[in-house]
Amino acid sequence: MTTVYQKLTPVLTKRWLSPDAWRLDVYEQLDGYAAARKALNAHPDDLIALIKDSGLRGRGGAGFPTGLKWGFIPQNDGKPHYLVVNADEGEPGTCKDLPLMTHDPHSLIEGCIIASYAIRSNRAYIYVRGEAVHAARRLRHAVNEAYQKGYLGKNIMGTGFDLDLFVHSGAGAYICGEETALLDSLEGFRGQPRLRPPFPATHGLYASPTVVNNVGTIASVPYIVLGGAAWWKTMGTEKSSGPMIYSLSGRIANPGQYECSMGITLRELIELAGGMLPGHNLKFWTPGGSSTPLLTADHLDVPLEFESVAAAGSILGTTATQIFSDQDCPVYATYRWLEFYHHESCGKCTPCREGNYWMVRIYKRILTGEGTYEDIDTLLDTSDNILGRSFCGLGDGAVTPVMSSIKHFKQDYLDYIERRKAPMALSKGGAH
Amino acid sequence: MTVFSQEILDRAQEIISRYPQGRERSALLPLLHLVQSVEGYVSPAGITFCAEQLGLQKANVAAVASFYTMYKRRPTGDYLVSVCTNTMCNVLGGQAVYDAVSERLGVGHDETTADGTITLEHAECLAACDYGPVMTVNYDFFDAVTPDSAIDLVEQLRKGERPQPSRGARLCTLKEMSLQLAGFADEREGAVADGVAGDPTLAGLRLAQKHGVSPAGFDINTPIPSREASK
Repeated sequence: MTTVYQKLTPVLTKRWLSPDAWRLDVYEQLDGYAAARKALNAHPDDLIALIKDSGLRGRGGAGFPTGLKWGFIPQNDGKPHYLVVNADEGEPGTCKDLPLMTHDPHSLIEGCIIASYAIRSNRAYIYVRGEAVHAARRLRHAVNEAYQKGYLGKNIMGTGFDLDLFVHSGAGAYICGEETALLDSLEGFRGQPRLRPPFPATHGLYASPTVVNNVGTIASVPYIVLGGAAWWKTMGTEKSSGPMIYSLSGRIANPGQYECSMGITLRELIELAGGMLPGHNLKFWTPGGSSTPLLTADHLDVPLEFESVAAAGSILGTTATQIFSDQDCPVYATYRWLEFYHHESCGKCTPCREGNYWMVRIYKRILTGEGTYEDIDTLLDTSDNILGRSFCGLGDGAVTPVMSSIKHFKQDYLDYIERRKAPMALSKGGAH
Repeated sequence: MTVFSQEILDRAQEIISRYPQGRERSALLPLLHLVQSVEGYVSPAGITFCAEQLGLQKANVAAVASFYTMYKRRPTGDYLVSVCTNTMCNVLGGQAVYDAVSERLGVGHDETTADGTITLEHAECLAACDYGPVMTVNYDFFDAVTPDSAIDLVEQLRKGERPQPSRGARLCTLKEMSLQLAGFADEREGAVADGVAGDPTLAGLRLAQKHGVSPAGFDINTPIPSREASK
């Protein structure tokens, strides 16, 4: 008989139990750098094929097949190639990359070595969210250790492969988690998204072929190199292979990081997390951060992998499951998210910049008891004018909680408009 | 007379060397952190310094500096206190924490106490929702705060004490932190080792351990298949 506990698959997280795994000597005792040694003795094309075979998909939210992305890098083109790790974790609800870099930074460095070798890159940058200071401390320390031990620099482990790796701290801008905005930021500009195509695979950092991968994606690579594609695929589903770190927050007994076989359901995750808090009943939740449409108690049994969540009308995203109860108001929650998107909109595209500004004001009006029926239509109309009409996904993300909360919880809006719910006194501290 | 010493000039050159020749502009973000480490904010002199180092117009530098939240445009306190008021922390009590701290300190968002100790801000998601509601002091975390514990924390800071963060390194000043953000190692003995993983970080792992679960069939000697095409 299978139990819910058998869905737990600690792979990327398992070294977190060793308190000193951030140190190179401890990391080496725990299979550390064995994958890099193995990979640097293989042909780069075989590594790309291996990652393709594993079915690994990007862990940053979009779920693009990693091996395919690596395969897009043109070879023998005479241009320098770059690997850029997106460590700008900031999607509301998401909190898996920071612990990984804090407690197991060498696994990310080892992944960088293998990925760089596969795409023929001799220079890699890890763009870390500015506020993630302790993760960056550990990461910089680990990079220095790796240089000293010959895992980075010239002629790594005597294989003839050279790699320079730099940790670059951002400065507080959610938009830089969008890969082309990240590249502009890394080039020393305002972090604003670029029009695509051309894609980073051909015109990325310094207009050169570039792979941009999330922390979790790159940290998965050493395990696939060690255990093989077939082993990786023993976890997850056919199209969403491997383990995934589910980040649970909110009205549950034990919030935290639960690395599970992809395709676990929210019902099972809540069971792992010790159930809902006493007195709280599930009302709404995000499957993968605030940019993924809200789901409800009707979706408790949706397998949390890319295809099934899409079929349920949402997006798997970063598997940051924020869990809200009947004591939380979906209208207020959406208002706070919109304040966030309004603040973080980079200003490049008019629909996102202006639309979010106005929608925040409509939410304030509704919550303070001044709303009208027309406001709901205006919100939907504004959302329709933002969705798909901006360079990047920030605008799409912003309208996501608006549209999904109106879809599932229109009555909560009407309760404010028809004064069944007491008007809120909004704190000045919530607005930028 | 510049406020930027020879040591800072040397550091600026070290920063610039991390990027390819001809791509020096990439050094701008770390250089802005560097000038903030000297003055506690990005001043007009700091903008000029960055522009000179990179051969840019001051307007180009100012345009970048004003885009990013972490570059402060007014003098800051020794401690930047950030309270997360994004949705999850907010509903778990973060808004009440922010309001209480703001009232106690008598300052609002992006304002500094008269004694120059603390700059307060409400922050967007700090990527620690499993520890919510959270606040940070110079970006190191204090977890599961309440209005009372948060007030106690800022009072300690005002008295010159340095309470230990929940998971990060021992506190430093915002200027010292900015030097780390510019890409320089934390030189304080033992600071990198500070902090252990909290219960939420290890929740799934402990459960797996308790029930003796781990993915089967992991063999590190599994060969990497070799393709015809690559021979």
